Amino acid sequence: MPFTLHRRRIALPAFVAVSAIGLAACATGTAPASSDSAEGAAGDEPVTLSLLIENSEVTVGIAEALTAAYTAENPNVTFDIEQRPGGTEGDNLVKTRLQTGEMTDIFQYNSGSLFQALAPTKTMLPLDDIATMDAVSDTFKAGVAAEGHVYGVPSATAMGGGILYNIPLYEELGLEIPTTWDEFMANNAAIADAKPDVAPVVQTYGETWTSQLFVLADFANVLAADPEWADKYTANEAKYADGSPAIDGFQHLQEVADAGYLNKDFASAGLDDGMRMVATGEGAHYPMLTFAFSSLQANTPDQVDDVGLFALPGEEPDSPLTTWLSHGYYASADTEHADAVKAFLSWVATPEACDVQTEAVGAQGPYFVEGCTIPDDVPQMVADMMPYFESGNTGAALEFLSPVKGPALEQIMVEVGSGIRSADDAAAYYDEDVKKQAQQLGLEGW
Amino acid sequence: MTDTLHAPQQAIPADGGEPAPTRRTRKRSNYPMWFYAPAGVIYGALFVVPTFASFYFALTRWTIFDSEFIGLENFKTFFAEPYLFESLLNTLFYATFTSGAKVVIGLLLAVFLSSQIIARGYLRSVVFFPVLVSAVGVGVTFSVLMDPFDGLINKMLAVVGVEGPGWLTDPDLALFSVALVDVWRGVGLATLIYIAGIVAIPQEYFEAAKVDGANAWRRFWHVTLPLMRPATTTVIILSLIGGLRSFDLIWTMTKGGPGFSSDVLASVVYKQYQAGFYGLSTAGNVVLFVLVAAIVIPLFWFLNRKEVDQ
Repeated sequence: MPFTLHRRRIALPAFVAVSAIGLAACATGTAPASSDSAEGAAGDEPVTLSLLIENSEVTVGIAEALTAAYTAENPNVTFDIEQRPGGTEGDNLVKTRLQTGEMTDIFQYNSGSLFQALAPTKTMLPLDDIATMDAVSDTFKAGVAAEGHVYGVPSATAMGGGILYNIPLYEELGLEIPTTWDEFMANNAAIADAKPDVAPVVQTYGETWTSQLFVLADFANVLAADPEWADKYTANEAKYADGSPAIDGFQHLQEVADAGYLNKDFASAGLDDGMRMVATGEGAHYPMLTFAFSSLQANTPDQVDDVGLFALPGEEPDSPLTTWLSHGYYASADTEHADAVKAFLSWVATPEACDVQTEAVGAQGPYFVEGCTIPDDVPQMVADMMPYFESGNTGAALEFLSPVKGPALEQIMVEVGSGIRSADDAAAYYDEDVKKQAQQLGLEGW
Repeated sequence: MTDTLHAPQQAIPADGGEPAPTRRTRKRSNYPMWFYAPAGVIYGALFVVPTFASFYFALTRWTIFDSEFIGLENFKTFFAEPYLFESLLNTLFYATFTSGAKVVIGLLLAVFLSSQIIARGYLRSVVFFPVLVSAVGVGVTFSVLMDPFDGLINKMLAVVGVEGPGWLTDPDLALFSVALVDVWRGVGLATLIYIAGIVAIPQEYFEAAKVDGANAWRRFWHVTLPLMRPATTTVIILSLIGGLRSFDLIWTMTKGGPGFSSDVLASVVYKQYQAGFYGLSTAGNVVLFVLVAAIVIPLFWFLNRKEVDQ
């Protein structure tokens, strides 16, 4: 009996070994087929490409629209879309499938540090030679490159991370958009005084990843204060616990929690609850990524334009907005239809494909492909994000500048927000947590 | 076992004759040894090889494709894990609490359900039913029921004017709530084992006790309880092992949260695996394996020895 759990977990090496044999058999068996498809892609030979995507509404909407449009133009190419969960569970699934050679022809996944953890040089097909790669912005390419090769094309638009706020509430109380943290706290105090029923700050620990925004979306402020911080961090020379500006994110969460500004169901609410609160005015501020916009569209379509966005305020005025690259589409190294896959991914990086996306899910933010435009009548949240991009007042999130990201940040932030752990303690704790990731990646200096 | 015991006895009467050949012929089975081979191959490939491979991989930094030998570094990291100690305590609390509760409640239910009551068969199935439901299903159902605001439990408490706690969101209560659900789910199996134990007690003992004037309580205390020791041993061992390596309920109900407050060893290991630290999580599994063995083997020996003494 004591062995049962053990055996199940340790079966992995055996499984890997077995599937490696299967893989080798596959490779020899299908070698001729792949040269067939090289001509087949250009010709009319029917080919079905499998596609693995995250099960979020926007991702599914985009993938379905893109594949349908592509099949309409190229009737010989059809797609078989498979959905997977997001978060760490999804990471786990993607890694296991890559490791066992069970990956679909094309898969959608994060760019940046999570992409680096997939050992792209071994598991993915380089896409340097696809026709439209020049049109993809260098910012995005940097997030999906390894050892000089580019492995992905953008699967959506850029995202911003900041504070979503309820506009009618701001108008009613005559509040100004805060440009510093102190102004933000003053607004919170004003809301708490005037509206005891309204939660000044919304947190949703029913979905733990949402807790990280106070730290992650604050990174543009860190970068503004010290442009070298990410490189020092990668080299094990800078720490969150070293003090301001890096530790500010932890302390900000503790400040709002200590002041009693959180919604009372913060421990059990989820992302959709949070978005509903900030849309209907039950909550005033919600630190979140702009992709959560789709939750507004689905659940509170009448209040879509009641939600605005501003950058997470830091110590200095005019805080820059922390931005996230879009996820990417990647090609599995084991694909039997390399040419058909490349032809499709090349088409994804065209203005035509951007328009298909906009039509399917609305404009979510700026695209990474040259020549792509977004319509003039965008929702308020996206409209608020555009000036930051246009004036260049943005900073990339840490995960695109450093491969070092610890797995436990979400739990640590839940502890800070729930009053279990102090901010200083939490920052030191997180510094300890990232050590494992750095060692796992074999970085210098750890 | 029996062969080796018998062989010397047979050899003695031969007395200086040719004991060696006798022993050899006695030992030889009618079936060739390689009949064991298929089972041996399956056992070796699915159990022995992976187990020993895991002892090796626990000593490596194992990424998606390569592994690099790093000695005991993983164990050092694992034990330096700040929340490890807490999760160790949680594991022990969870295992002893669920095991203890299953023994006590299971025994009481078994005594009740083996007495002459109306709808006994129906009640027995009701008690056993949760065992048949998947742990994930139970976990999801109870996390909905235990929701602090919209959950049925707190809504019912509100009707009688009690403000229910955040069963799964209060850091001091989360692990306890999961343990309660585990008891609800597992007590049926304990009850079943106890019922089988009670039914196996010869009726003569009870009759003799009755003739001696023992009341129901004394019959329970002096007849049922002592004769239930083997059943108790089984229940304790099974539920303790289950509790020590419990994962499914905790993961579906709290994912170790809030924060790390309901983390147990198995969930720490799983989180490390999810993060891609394969070597580290294998080291964690080795630790879990050693812990389970270190607790259960001496306990098993101790409980069984008592049984023999009687």
